[in-house]
Amino acid sequence: MVLNSILREISKLAAFSWIVTILPMNASTLEKISTILGAENVLTKKEDLIPYSFDGTAVLNQYPGCVVFASTRAQVSEILALANTEKIPVVTRGSGTGLSGGSIPVSECIVLCTVKFNQVLEVDTKNLTMMVEPGVITLKIAEEADKVGLFYPPDPGSMKISTIGGNVAENSGGLRGLKYGVTRDYVMGLEVVLPTGEIIWMGNKCVKDVAGYSLKDIFIGSEGTLGVITKVLLKLIPKPQTKKTMLAVFNRMDQAAETVSAIIENKIIPCTLEFLDNITIRCVEDYAKIGLPVNAEAILLMETDGHPAAVDDEARKMTQIAQSRGAQEVILAKDTDEANRLTAARRTAFSALARMRPTTILEDATVPRSELSKMVNFIQDIAKRYNLQIGTFGHMGDGNLHPTFLTDEKDHEEMEKIEKAMVEIFHYAVKLGGTITGEHGVGLAKKPFLEDAVGELNVRVMKHLKAAFDPNNILNPGKMFD
Amino acid sequence: MSAAHSENYLKGLDYSVVQQCMHCGMCLPTCPTYEATLLEKHSPRGRISLMRAVADGRLDVNEAFGDEMYFCLGCLACQTACPAGVNYTELFEMARAEIERTKVLDNPIRDFVRSMTVKFLFMRPWSLKLLGRLLWIYQVTGLQTFVRKTGLMALAPRKLRELEPLTPEIKASFSDDLIHEHERPLKTRHKVGMLTGCVQDLIYSDINRDTVDVLLANDCEVITPRDQHCCGSLHGHNGEWELAKQLARKNIDSFPLGELDAIITNAGGCGSHLKHYDHLLEDDPAYAEKAKEWSRKVKDISEWLVEIDLRIPHASLDLDGPVTYHESCHLCHGQKITAQPRKLLKSIPGLELKELPESNWCCGSAGVYNITQPEMSAKLLERKLRHIESTGATIVASGNPGCNVQLSAGMRKCGKETKIMHPVSLLAEAYRRGNYLTETLSRNPLSKK
Repeated sequence: MVLNSILREISKLAAFSWIVTILPMNASTLEKISTILGAENVLTKKEDLIPYSFDGTAVLNQYPGCVVFASTRAQVSEILALANTEKIPVVTRGSGTGLSGGSIPVSECIVLCTVKFNQVLEVDTKNLTMMVEPGVITLKIAEEADKVGLFYPPDPGSMKISTIGGNVAENSGGLRGLKYGVTRDYVMGLEVVLPTGEIIWMGNKCVKDVAGYSLKDIFIGSEGTLGVITKVLLKLIPKPQTKKTMLAVFNRMDQAAETVSAIIENKIIPCTLEFLDNITIRCVEDYAKIGLPVNAEAILLMETDGHPAAVDDEARKMTQIAQSRGAQEVILAKDTDEANRLTAARRTAFSALARMRPTTILEDATVPRSELSKMVNFIQDIAKRYNLQIGTFGHMGDGNLHPTFLTDEKDHEEMEKIEKAMVEIFHYAVKLGGTITGEHGVGLAKKPFLEDAVGELNVRVMKHLKAAFDPNNILNPGKMFD
Repeated sequence: MSAAHSENYLKGLDYSVVQQCMHCGMCLPTCPTYEATLLEKHSPRGRISLMRAVADGRLDVNEAFGDEMYFCLGCLACQTACPAGVNYTELFEMARAEIERTKVLDNPIRDFVRSMTVKFLFMRPWSLKLLGRLLWIYQVTGLQTFVRKTGLMALAPRKLRELEPLTPEIKASFSDDLIHEHERPLKTRHKVGMLTGCVQDLIYSDINRDTVDVLLANDCEVITPRDQHCCGSLHGHNGEWELAKQLARKNIDSFPLGELDAIITNAGGCGSHLKHYDHLLEDDPAYAEKAKEWSRKVKDISEWLVEIDLRIPHASLDLDGPVTYHESCHLCHGQKITAQPRKLLKSIPGLELKELPESNWCCGSAGVYNITQPEMSAKLLERKLRHIESTGATIVASGNPGCNVQLSAGMRKCGKETKIMHPVSLLAEAYRRGNYLTETLSRNPLSKK
């Protein structure tokens, strides 16, 4: 029941019911905001706000009350203090590439945009850390680390434009998750402004630190509901000496899934094991034109990095395993350029799928790796049963799949079928010991499914935590849970 | 004419074109105006969201919308970056057409300038040539130097004063004087048509001659119709859809399409538009088929040369430094031609090609953008010049007259000697040194002085 009403609420937000008109914010509030940030950093006109009414998530949208740009923690602090006093919702936003609707505005809210808060403050090669402001682009962090021979592994698909603040708030993953972990594993310290305007620093450059609760970990993945991140201290690691990239081609999807399970079972942890099904292969090839096998049912992009001897050994074993599970062929990228082209092409999978149909709805179901082939078969079966077009790709090495519905939001009948199919996929993932979202977050899109996935007590504790940090419920209200 | 259109262009679009944008944000880092301002409104997905709002009836076409659509460079870098395959060219042209239809940006000065240029000068080859001739007189009589030296320009209106340094040097002879209507190589392997362009014809007629020379040296028979019209890209990009169609028809009519293997253009901006005549005229029963053939046959000179396996020059060029290559937006993003000009340059002995950082980032010329948006244009030019300097190149090769004018003006302004050349001119020079051209040219009564 609850589920249905929430679903209905979300679908009300759909593109074809733009019934919400922009209500201008209280003039005196706007004046106060302008005094804090300067008038040039406050947007209120309709044509300025429309481009901030959505993020990277399909179908969801909502006009904000205003959009503001802060570039110092003092400004963030003043804005939050003001919003808290006047009980105005604040939705923090980086580059707006989120995939769960986490940065979709709330009606009449302040969208607090961090893209101008974007300096790299320090690269510490003695402690292997980097201190950055929240609006720094993820790719920039990787490049800065690379300049001094270091490595920042988290590489979400949108890393060319996503901000680190958004990555921390969503605890973003990426293509290297199985070996190197996710954003959380690289956050050593955080500076956060609380709704009261108080500024809290958590963490330090120490490898070990057990002084009290690990508060920073509560903020990582909190989706902008607890505070606004104003500084991030990141862990860097030495750059792997070498890497090898391979492409395994399969006739059947479950052969690819079995290959992944077998690689892990053989105690090999490559840095990347990416899966693309036939629809995805064709869409990516249509865009990137790099000669992917468009007739294959599935491909696995496999990458191993580290010491040259280990890399050679792992590459050989992975090739053998893929062949023993029925791979038609395993192609080794001949040089770094070719390897980079392959991974870059993989990063476009989600957007490239949009070539097929007007609307592209991306899911994020994740299962333990031993259950991959069951999950893949289930998704195929669902597509058949509901007569839907689903393109599946994902980070198979860490069990994180992205079944993507290709549809048209104008086709209400099909949209209803998709909702049903989604519910089935989530239930099945949870039944297999998995989760409803591996890396995109709950936001609005997964909100209806959270309690099912984690249980009532979990959600209750989360709500207590939220109330403790943000008693007036001004930060990203209505995201994750109500 | 354009006023005849009574329907909202954006509402009339197939809705799936707008829907194609799934706002993933992959375009943001490649958009020069977003990069400079960090405002979503100035990004491709932001602009598309505004167009969609107009198509949905949620936003009226107003001055702010108009200003935004004209703030876009139209560089199409977003189209290269877009995995979803959004047809930004069409969206952006329709948005501008809608702005002109609704007249939200109209004011007396803008109307006058547009009537004089887009609707008059660039519709009539003779008038453009006449203007060119007058400017040439102004320049060769020393009047320009006089005006510049005496500071007389200070008396001119601010806008004109700012634009004057951009005035390119007009050539003494235009293309029709330098190129015969029909030129034959010693042995003919291919027969091609040659587009001389409009601006290109006035200020870079030497590049047109070089192009024909290079074609002859590669066994191409060249047909160059007289008094050619503007390709219409200026019109298409500035909301004059109907005028663009008129020019397309005139151009198609002036070539013996059936006889030709290819129609050659050496201007990236024009080429990108010329290749879309099929789309432009798809609803015109009399021209739709011809336009398809036309679009199939239009080739950028570098694209064509690589396709026919160009003759590798043997003589070396004595250059006093490396050459770098700046990519015209509409060559690399509009036509996806990136490897061919480099291949052409690398084929020249003695030429060291140094890659330009951000080679495919707009130089700020963008058609008439340097005139309409001087501030943003100057920022982009400065960025480009900084990168050029970092390469240490003494020659910048680039395949579009707009970029060449912009870069030359930039070099002049900062007192740099760096030359801006079309890749084909470098190749022609190498052929000349190897005497590839002597024989073909001895048969050509108009051989280049």
